Amino acid sequence: MTAFLIVIVIALLGVTFWQISKVFELSKPANVSDTQIADDKDNNTQGKILLAFMVFLYALMIWSFWSLSKFYLPEASAEHGADYDRLMFISIGIIMFVQVITQALLHWFGYKYRGRKGQRALFYADNDKLEFIWTIIPVVVLAGLILYGLFSWSEIMNPEETEDTLVVEIYAYQFDWRARYSGDDKTLGKANVRFIEGVNQLGVDESDDYAMDDIIVNELHLPVNRPVLFKFRSQDVLHSAYFPHFRAQMNVVPGMVTEFGFTPTTTSKEIRNTDYMVDKVKNINEIRKTREDLSEDERLYEFDYYLLCNKICGVSHYNMQMKIVVETDEEFQDWIDNQQTFGELINN
Amino acid sequence: MSVAAQANIDSHAHDDAHHHHEPTFIEKYIFSTDHKMIAKQYLITGLIMGFIGIAMSLLFRMQLAWPEQSFGIFETLLGRFAPDGVMEPGTYLALVTIHGTIMVFFVLTAGLSGTFSNLLIPLQIGARDMASGFMNMISYWLFFVSSIIMVSSLFVESGPASAGWTVYPPLSALEQAIPGSGMGMTLWLVSMAIFIASSLLGSLNYIVTVLNLRTKGMSMTRLPLTVWAFFVTAIIGVVSFPVLLSAALLLIMDRSFGTSFFLSDIYIQGEVLSNSGGSPVLYEHLFWFLGHPEVYIVLLPALGITSEVIATNARKPIFGYRAMVASILAIAFLSTVVWGHHMFVSGMNPFLGSVFTFTTLLIAIPSAVKAFNYITTLWKGNLQMNPGMLFSIGLVSTFITGGLTGIILGDSTLDINVHDTYFVVAHFHLVMGISALYGLFAGVYHWFPKMFGKMMNKNLGYVHFWITAVGAYGVFFPMHFIGMAGLPRRYYTNTSFPYFDDLADTNVLITMFAFLTAAGQLFFIYNFIHSIFYGKRAEKNPWKSNTLEWTAPVEHIHGNWYGELPTVYRWPYDYSKLNEDESDYVIAGQDYIPQDVPLQANEEELGH
Repeated sequence: MTAFLIVIVIALLGVTFWQISKVFELSKPANVSDTQIADDKDNNTQGKILLAFMVFLYALMIWSFWSLSKFYLPEASAEHGADYDRLMFISIGIIMFVQVITQALLHWFGYKYRGRKGQRALFYADNDKLEFIWTIIPVVVLAGLILYGLFSWSEIMNPEETEDTLVVEIYAYQFDWRARYSGDDKTLGKANVRFIEGVNQLGVDESDDYAMDDIIVNELHLPVNRPVLFKFRSQDVLHSAYFPHFRAQMNVVPGMVTEFGFTPTTTSKEIRNTDYMVDKVKNINEIRKTREDLSEDERLYEFDYYLLCNKICGVSHYNMQMKIVVETDEEFQDWIDNQQTFGELINN
Repeated sequence: MSVAAQANIDSHAHDDAHHHHEPTFIEKYIFSTDHKMIAKQYLITGLIMGFIGIAMSLLFRMQLAWPEQSFGIFETLLGRFAPDGVMEPGTYLALVTIHGTIMVFFVLTAGLSGTFSNLLIPLQIGARDMASGFMNMISYWLFFVSSIIMVSSLFVESGPASAGWTVYPPLSALEQAIPGSGMGMTLWLVSMAIFIASSLLGSLNYIVTVLNLRTKGMSMTRLPLTVWAFFVTAIIGVVSFPVLLSAALLLIMDRSFGTSFFLSDIYIQGEVLSNSGGSPVLYEHLFWFLGHPEVYIVLLPALGITSEVIATNARKPIFGYRAMVASILAIAFLSTVVWGHHMFVSGMNPFLGSVFTFTTLLIAIPSAVKAFNYITTLWKGNLQMNPGMLFSIGLVSTFITGGLTGIILGDSTLDINVHDTYFVVAHFHLVMGISALYGLFAGVYHWFPKMFGKMMNKNLGYVHFWITAVGAYGVFFPMHFIGMAGLPRRYYTNTSFPYFDDLADTNVLITMFAFLTAAGQLFFIYNFIHSIFYGKRAEKNPWKSNTLEWTAPVEHIHGNWYGELPTVYRWPYDYSKLNEDESDYVIAGQDYIPQDVPLQANEEELGH
């Protein structure tokens, strides 16, 4: 398929060079009578190139879907993600349907009705019925999409908070992330950048009793199938917490706390064993094998979920990420029991 | 030219004025108050800025395709910003920031709307000049000054602004956050403030001119769609640009005078700032209140130009003139109430997100109507494939491709995961960047005879178009897919961690197409300059068009028409109209009826 695309590009480049040679031919002084206005010959040639261009455009679209759609993110690893993916699939379907038809009409008409001497254009100024039809069709289709989108949106943005919900603060600063778990009391201690001092890097209020059992870490662990509510806080500039595999994103805004919640459904171990991920990782490792700037260790890649910064935040924006581990409830409990609480941190 | 002078000319004193006062070089070429000269000044300044903006995009595309590699060209062009020829991360951000700023404001706002509003509004409505030639001149020179300041910011010690073209605070407000937010950012803000003043002066002038200076018989419903587009664009500009000015002023105050409009609770470089109570989200609202209408400020003139060029070259009336006007108005209105779709995940109330999803998807309706109407205009036409026509067809194509993905981005749910990824970059480059550039090129090819009295070489025009068309799709269609992979934009390199390693080949492909596209523009530059000096002399009405500008003499005269102004008897789209017994065109053997031709005896009057 790539080869096909290259052939088309080369063919079009060939046409280009042919045109250029024609230019030089035509710019000879003998041809000064040329008006520089398209004549029948130009209309014919350009109409045909327009048709060839349509072939190129469709080939490009087919090739892109054929060999680039493998880059699409894997199936969502969060509960609301299935709904998201379905809406995305429907939208892309509608879009491509309209795209394929309208581009074909546009280019085909351009070719079919290319100018000829004596050809009479149709004086066709308006048609209310036709215009009504193509106003009403988008209205209906869009109304459907809007409704579907709005229902999903309000469901995603207003997650039910249950007894079981894990509350985690995601804290952003140039250029890294921290996570703060609320601990046994299920309540995060108060915090403000004005409390930042020494080991208290997140500005947690040391006089707040709720803060003492908080746990601050730099690797996000999440138990599978348990709702998580994230509260985002930034220390300096705007950041955006982007969890692509969970179809989740929220800006992190200094001076306010933003929220997003989801329920992870696939553990890190499970997703590593999916066909999608096995292929992808294999592919990446092939590529990394050839990179000489990497050490032996770096060349071997194993997939982990990650949280990326997705709002320009400074020179190292491109490398601001945090590893996410989704694991079973037992594994999660084991892990969190071994972490230092905030109380232990400041009293040490 | 003042209004008084204008009245003077209208009272047939025109010839006297002309002979008594031969304009000096400075009056004619530099501080000119003639709208045709100002249009050319806008165009050439815009094209030079475009050259800079596109060159920058090539530099950062090279970095993305071959991350952190050393290039001699980087060392030459970027100097200390690329030690040993390796681009620094800060430099990358500066390049994308200034590329965006220049392309959006300096090329596609001033270069496109400034050029063609100035050239076409007086000529197409049958006016001697703009309502205020002096204000028009000031408008250009403010634009020129702001361009100079923007370009000069590239040379300051700490580098130019580099917080992205949206310059969100606190990143843009705090020098400690990124070096580009020092002197470079100050110059950016000063430049933009002057730019806004320029834009406002221009827009007010366009509005007044369209409302007051239409010639006899030129009712609003007989205006060419170009003028409708420029008129409505100017209104959107007047409504929304002042809001950007307020955002810029508040940001200047936060930066320099210790206020806290956008800043609160910040700890940076080991110290807590005293600011409290401000919110960056406020800035986002103010910025996008302009920022989104800005998309249409860029796009509507391009669509207007396309309407005119397609109708003329298809030798057919534009299909659904009234629907086209209505959709321009609908787009203009809706464009001011959709800004929130840039902020679905900004932390604003999710309910607002629902409202903005609704209004945003509504705007797809008039856009769809426009696209369908263009396609129907081509149907059963007699298409004259001039370069301007090809660029117009290209515009419809990219407008559809880019517009459709807006349905995904405008949906708050779907936006969650593609927000700020390359999917967005692909979407807006196609729908407003490439489309508006095509509109600009269509306009230049079509009205070059009017501007310079010469014809551009059509064959070079064809080469230019086809290379650009292939290259632009080659760059931006595959880009959607790396966006769907979850690749964030504004990343200096995509290989600092392994997950995106497999996208490297696609990034190389995109960069190759970018080079191809840029190379295609060299044909245009050569053609443009060469034709100004050595092009074939243009006839009065080379495209056999109906609009009034083609009834004006080829040579540029002060006041546009010798003698009296033309009177208008019909709408501008009487192409291929047949006489009552349908035996021939209304004017035998001529498939067009210029607007200043009275209703013929054998002609049916149609209310358009």
